[in-house]
Amino acid sequence: MCDQCGCAATPEFVRVSDQRGPVSARPADPHSVQVLSGILVANDRQAAHNRAHLERRGVLAINLMSSPGSGKTSLLESTIDACRGRLRIGVIEGDLETENDARRIRAKGVPAVQITTGQTCHLDAAMVHDALHALDLSAIDVLMIENVGNLVCPASFDLGQHRNVALLSVTEGDDKPAKYPTMFRGADLVMLSKTDLLDVLDDFSPEAAERHLRGLANPAPLLRTSARRAATLVPWIDWIEHRLAEVRAAA
Amino acid sequence: MHELAVCRSLLDEVERVAVLHGARRVERVLVAIGPLAGIDSGLLGRAFEVARAGTIAAEAAFAVETMPVVVRCAACEVDSTVPANAMLCARCGDWRVELLSGDELLLKSVELELESRPQPQRPAAA
Repeated sequence: MCDQCGCAATPEFVRVSDQRGPVSARPADPHSVQVLSGILVANDRQAAHNRAHLERRGVLAINLMSSPGSGKTSLLESTIDACRGRLRIGVIEGDLETENDARRIRAKGVPAVQITTGQTCHLDAAMVHDALHALDLSAIDVLMIENVGNLVCPASFDLGQHRNVALLSVTEGDDKPAKYPTMFRGADLVMLSKTDLLDVLDDFSPEAAERHLRGLANPAPLLRTSARRAATLVPWIDWIEHRLAEVRAAA
Repeated sequence: MHELAVCRSLLDEVERVAVLHGARRVERVLVAIGPLAGIDSGLLGRAFEVARAGTIAAEAAFAVETMPVVVRCAACEVDSTVPANAMLCARCGDWRVELLSGDELLLKSVELELESRPQPQRPAAA
């Protein structure tokens, strides 16, 4: 797998050759240099640094991704309420503009840093690194990174998170995993959100959503949740606590 | 539209390799992209035309090798080439498969025009 992580790009391994053999055996330029390094190697390095930094503080980081409007911030608000006294949560909010989401989170008494990306459609590891400096990591157990609402671009950028969580609201199509395979294939947990609306929606099938998710060879659990019904959040919070225990056991 | 960000990262890597080999300019850049990388290779190519300006790859051609999505079934150990959103074993239809190829986002090779001075030291060919 060394052709994927970029480690093959160190000078010792850059071979000056191509299919026709070593270039040194041929007189003419131009010559082809085989590289085989990840294009996002700089981002990946920064992400690894973020992850190591979080692990030294025993903090679990979750990258929360979905389309705009599927309920990421509402889920966070309800999760903060449900975890009070159990888990200390900190939040990084990513949006193109406004501090609105960070304000909503702070109103819950939880530290939140807003990243406004301007025109950029995703968070990257450097943005998260800067935001980490504005957070007291010794005061939190779990860092929730609410990515820019977008099912395409955020899937390509490692932020230094430990787990990816994708939300799929039941007001969207249940075939979203088939339409956005990169995002849903990379999810460690998929949460159906707004499931309190399922009774009045006859065109969303949770079973079909799960079938499309499995069609990406993804064994991730699919949880049915509603930010308005605290009881539906119990499996989600159990999942967070287990992942936190794993990160701390490995540290 | 994150392709421009990806392209800048690509050009940084191209520049690093070019400098390492004492190149005068880069003639061609070959990348390998799998459908599961989440990158549109057409957009990446157009971003390249814009982002290469003023770099050592300012006149470089851009080529993409599109990688297939290949999975290996955990149950019957058969390899199948499959669509990105239906990664099922072609033999038994099971979704419990391992991805062998399809999520690549790699700088595969660069063609360089070298300075006429002696080459930097290289390891012996493997």
